[in-house]
Amino acid sequence: MTTAIAASAREAGDPQLTPPRRGGRRRGWMPYVLLLPGLLWLTLFFIVPLVQLGSASLQSQWPGAPGYYYRDVNGANYLDALSAYGVHFLRSLAFAGMATVLCFAIAFPLAYAMAFKAGRWRNVMLILVVAPFFTSFILRTIAWRQILADEGPLARTLNALHLLPGGHITETWVAVVAGLTYNFLPFMVLPIYTSLERADPRLLEAGRDLYADRLTTLRTVTIPLAAPGILAGTLLTFIPAAGDYVNAELLGSDTSTKMVGNVINSQFFTVLGGYPTAAALSISLMVLILVLVLGYVRRFGTEEVL
Amino acid sequence: MATNTREAHGDLVLENVTKEFADFTAVDDLSLVVPRGSFFALLGPSGCGKTTTLRMVAGLEQPTHGKVLIGQTDITGTRPHERPVNTVFQSYALFPHLTIRENVAFGPKRRKAADAVRLADDALELVQLSHLAGRKPVQLSGGQQQRVALARAVVNQPEVLLLDEPLGALDLKLRRQMQVELKRIQSEVGLTFIHVTHDQEEAMTMADTVAVMNRGRIEQMGPPERLYDLPQTAFVANFVGQSNLGVGRIHGTDGDFIVAEVSDTKVRIPKQRSEIHDGEVMFGVRPEKVRIHESQPVATGNDVKATVIDVSFTGVATQYLVTVPSGASWTVYEQNLDVEPISLRPGDDVWLSWDPTHAFGVPVDEDGRKAALAEDGA
Ligand SMILES: Nc1ncnc2c1ncn2[C@@H]1O[C@H](COP(=O)(O)OP(=O)(O)O)[C@@H](O)[C@H]1O
Ligand SMILES: [Mg+2]
Repeated sequence: MTTAIAASAREAGDPQLTPPRRGGRRRGWMPYVLLLPGLLWLTLFFIVPLVQLGSASLQSQWPGAPGYYYRDVNGANYLDALSAYGVHFLRSLAFAGMATVLCFAIAFPLAYAMAFKAGRWRNVMLILVVAPFFTSFILRTIAWRQILADEGPLARTLNALHLLPGGHITETWVAVVAGLTYNFLPFMVLPIYTSLERADPRLLEAGRDLYADRLTTLRTVTIPLAAPGILAGTLLTFIPAAGDYVNAELLGSDTSTKMVGNVINSQFFTVLGGYPTAAALSISLMVLILVLVLGYVRRFGTEEVL
Repeated sequence: MATNTREAHGDLVLENVTKEFADFTAVDDLSLVVPRGSFFALLGPSGCGKTTTLRMVAGLEQPTHGKVLIGQTDITGTRPHERPVNTVFQSYALFPHLTIRENVAFGPKRRKAADAVRLADDALELVQLSHLAGRKPVQLSGGQQQRVALARAVVNQPEVLLLDEPLGALDLKLRRQMQVELKRIQSEVGLTFIHVTHDQEEAMTMADTVAVMNRGRIEQMGPPERLYDLPQTAFVANFVGQSNLGVGRIHGTDGDFIVAEVSDTKVRIPKQRSEIHDGEVMFGVRPEKVRIHESQPVATGNDVKATVIDVSFTGVATQYLVTVPSGASWTVYEQNLDVEPISLRPGDDVWLSWDPTHAFGVPVDEDGRKAALAEDGA
């Protein structure tokens, strides 16, 4: 296949398609030298902690000495953790999934407007999307707590209209999903915007010229062109949202909306002797997300992302 | 409505079409009829409104005033997918996420053709690219992408096929090859082709009818030979081929000729070959119609003294650049027919003559006045 392309490229007199080979051997070691700092960084801050986390997840507790452990290969930690907190896992995936879908539903029209309709307002909109990052994540989430509070404008209005069963927004899953959606929205908007902005508007015109109405053009041309951005955006939203605990902590209830991140947090920092459980949950979450993401990328992925 | 306009057929008619962008008029009160099945060229310099005109026919832009019709059907205001019109875009605009076959089948699929893929394969055969059907656009050369873009439009059998400088990005050799190819395909499929170009040679060799456009208006329209033989404006005289021009004043008539004086030289223009019959006129004659002499020719009555500025020998012909008394530079082509060619050097005094039946007269306008003075034979 490659040779066929190369041959036809030569035939067509297009030198760009034939790969340059000169000087390849002598510069062979350069890429590795350049990789070195990154590799060191990864080893120090990713591989080593990961191994440590893995070994912590298999430790056993000294009998009668809570908070003290010895090295072991205690697979039961995983069974215990998953049977006790499986529901939190499912909840995390469900919340993250909902937030991702909502983010997409909000981000795509926004990114589309920015890329094709905003004209000179494009940069202003871009700044507005990024501006919230200038305030801390925690502060913004606390601000949402005020906005959604029972005495806040939204809950009051909805209550007055009898549209809020239960009477609260905070302390419910709705608040947690809303918080996740809000906090991760820019991570969806920016990659989709980038891929739409790179798309040639002539392609959308070509779609309409070839008998596709607006909706069909959207489905058959615009969305496929934005696919790399959509893929990146969903990953950038789903992965951190699934591991998030701040939104559930600040906007959710103490019991019914806890996500796996909250469990890990409390096992690590508040429960005496929770280390192996927390580590086992962390590793499980990582593996689960990895499997889901790999499946997703294999299904929808393009070369540009992988 | 949608299906109605899509079924329209007949000549393409533009009626007093105007397109304004803010305070700029890109297309100015343009009217034309393109007969069904003809190869029509829209020729004009960059920025004169050619693309805008095509986009209004395609429905990608709506005219500020005026109407677009196909046959009896008014398609003004309808959307692009409601028109039996397809475009070969200047940059090809092939869908990068689809294979070549899928690109070509895109239109038929949207129109719910049961045999979209077979139609696509037939169209790819027409442009001789069947062997590349499974590839993606990035894997094709510019010339191949150009042909895919053509197949993707032709496959829909539109009433009108628009080509926006389709050969602009190709190198000269490929361009000549594609001109022949396009002509073949057009006569094979028999569709109305509107071919936009700024290359006068391309327009002349390919089209049945050429419309010369300038500043949003059509200056002149007709078969290529006629445009060349008898330009009606100074712009056409210089955009379609080259012309030697001079501003003069009409003094009277002499039989079938008008007599005008250009910088103290009397010139004659056939009456039917002049747009202007009194007052100021722009006299013109094509470079290959002018003869060059070392001494004053006898009794032609259409001669002018000139000074040679430059001589370039091109094999079949020699091109002379000379200054005439008005100060303008004229170009003269002499075919190298004689065994002993005249040898002239810059600075030599010469006489120019021509058969007055080849002269033409056009209105004097600012562009033409400038051209008459600055004409440098380039
Ligand atoms: N969308 C637009 N907004 C403003 N001006 C435009 C727009 N499209 C084209 N123009 C202007 O209209 C003129 C004609 O453009 P165009 O039709 O593309 O010319 P051509 O194809 O003959 O080179 C140009 O001066 C161009 O700048
Ligand atoms: Mg153009």
